Amino acid sequence: METVLGRYRNLIVLAAVLFVQILGLAVQVRRSTENDSSRLIRVWAVGAVSPFEKALVWVQTSVGNVWHNYFYLRGIRAENRELKLEIERMRIEQVRMSQDADQARRLQALLAFKEQFISQTMAAQVIGSSGSEQSRSIYIDKGEKQGIKPDMAVITADGVVGKVLRVYHSTSQVLLIDDQSSGVGAILERSRLQGILRGTPAGEVVLEKVMSDEAVPTGERVLTSGGDRIFPKGLPIGTVTRVSPGSELFLNIRVKPTSDLSKLEEVLVVTKIDDRQATPDQVGPVRASDILAERLPSVPPKPAENAAGTTGAVTPKKNPDGTTPATEATTVKPGTASPSNPGAMNAATAPHKPAWPPPNAGLKAETKPKTVPANATGTSPSAGQVKPAVTTQSGTAVKVSDEPPRPAVQPKPQPPAQDSPQ
Amino acid sequence: MAITYTSGEQVEVYRFSIPTTIVVPLAAVFVQAWVPTRLHFFAIFDLPLLVTIFFAISRRNQVAGLLTGAAIGLLQDALTSQPIGLYGISKTVVGYGASSLGIKLDVDNAVARFLLTLFFYIIHLIVYVGVARYLVTLNMAWSWQRELASAFANALLGVVIYALLDRLKQRA
Repeated sequence: METVLGRYRNLIVLAAVLFVQILGLAVQVRRSTENDSSRLIRVWAVGAVSPFEKALVWVQTSVGNVWHNYFYLRGIRAENRELKLEIERMRIEQVRMSQDADQARRLQALLAFKEQFISQTMAAQVIGSSGSEQSRSIYIDKGEKQGIKPDMAVITADGVVGKVLRVYHSTSQVLLIDDQSSGVGAILERSRLQGILRGTPAGEVVLEKVMSDEAVPTGERVLTSGGDRIFPKGLPIGTVTRVSPGSELFLNIRVKPTSDLSKLEEVLVVTKIDDRQATPDQVGPVRASDILAERLPSVPPKPAENAAGTTGAVTPKKNPDGTTPATEATTVKPGTASPSNPGAMNAATAPHKPAWPPPNAGLKAETKPKTVPANATGTSPSAGQVKPAVTTQSGTAVKVSDEPPRPAVQPKPQPPAQDSPQ
Repeated sequence: MAITYTSGEQVEVYRFSIPTTIVVPLAAVFVQAWVPTRLHFFAIFDLPLLVTIFFAISRRNQVAGLLTGAAIGLLQDALTSQPIGLYGISKTVVGYGASSLGIKLDVDNAVARFLLTLFFYIIHLIVYVGVARYLVTLNMAWSWQRELASAFANALLGVVIYALLDRLKQRA
């Protein structure tokens, strides 16, 4: 017996180690609360790796800040000039959009809408990833200590990123929307078709459960539907890039995420969402887009894609004096105070601002002259339903106001003088 | 004369200091987790696998090889969103296999190391995909071209990494 054991000692150890791991896998797969069964190992692993990641990110950020703030100031005058022009454009645009928003708010109040607003967010830095192509997740530098909880939505100025999967003491793991185990309730912007957005094993994002007899054009934007109770309704997720017949009765809709999930550096964790009913005299609450613009100070400015006269799509650049375009724009509308502290994100206490235009491209405002009655779509405005902060539409068929329906604000260049065709 | 892991006349057996044994795998997992956030293409590499193979073929001890593989694999698993054990099992097998092969072959030259890494990358992939599909019922994307490209890339990187890690070896 001893001879046999001695002879096959290595194989026996191999079999034992494999057996223990397979057993562990079976326990994790069987239990739905997998987090608990393997939490200790994960805590140790994250505790061993994340301090180094944080240190490295801190060094990188510090060096980057020194470089950008002190040495690399080339072209700052030209950029300043462009930003001032952009602010002027936004001011003009804001006047019109705020009127649209006011009208929409009156209609919402009449219909007893309950809107869902992002009332609090927390900026976080990406410090690491899973390191595996099979598991698409990232680690952020905020955790339990900072009030992060599982299932909180994670977004950027461009759109949805994912949700918090596991929370550790000062770190959290975020499951990206292109992971195969993720799922987001989604809605197509124009056709209002709803589906479920999932990641594929290859890292692509597809919209499922849209019937094959529906017409879905490529290029249509995909927004969160709010049905998953994680992501507030109306946040941009991506754009339809390919539509093909799928299995069974559904279409295979390929979606390109608006956020570049492979180059995430800073994200926002939505720590609080408020449901509240609109009132006619209510001045616009803090919009998701405003929050995004204010809370991402270190996102490098994008090239001005729609620089000249673009309406409703403005890159989230900060003004040279440190204020955001949204703050600047509040001076246009009397009675709306600009937030003195952009960091205070609580909608209940923060000074209100005009709602539009959302000062970033990702959450661009589009007012559409839809003639479909609001109740006819799949998103009937019943009480208790969430209403996106970023998809407020005016000019719907519910004609309560004396004003005629406003024309669409198309996201294409328009001279400032023609901002109100009617 | 039979070649065994104790026959230091034919094959060199190496050992590593305790700091090296701890720091190198940790550093590999750390780099694997951090670099892809800045350089996305880096995700095709599997540094923890390369370190597993290196330790296994250098020590030429099957138990040490499989335990090192299991530890590194489990650490790597813990950082993913998937159940723990997928990388653990595949790296255990690789650690055992690499140390078994290291006993019998001279794997100190670059060509042998390249081929060995190529071989074990594919073994690792097969075990990983097998466990993921049939034990955990995960869907796995599979593309031969992509996997072969990854295997070659890892083998090339392995040759470089092994040359660097050779400096940390101590003769047993």
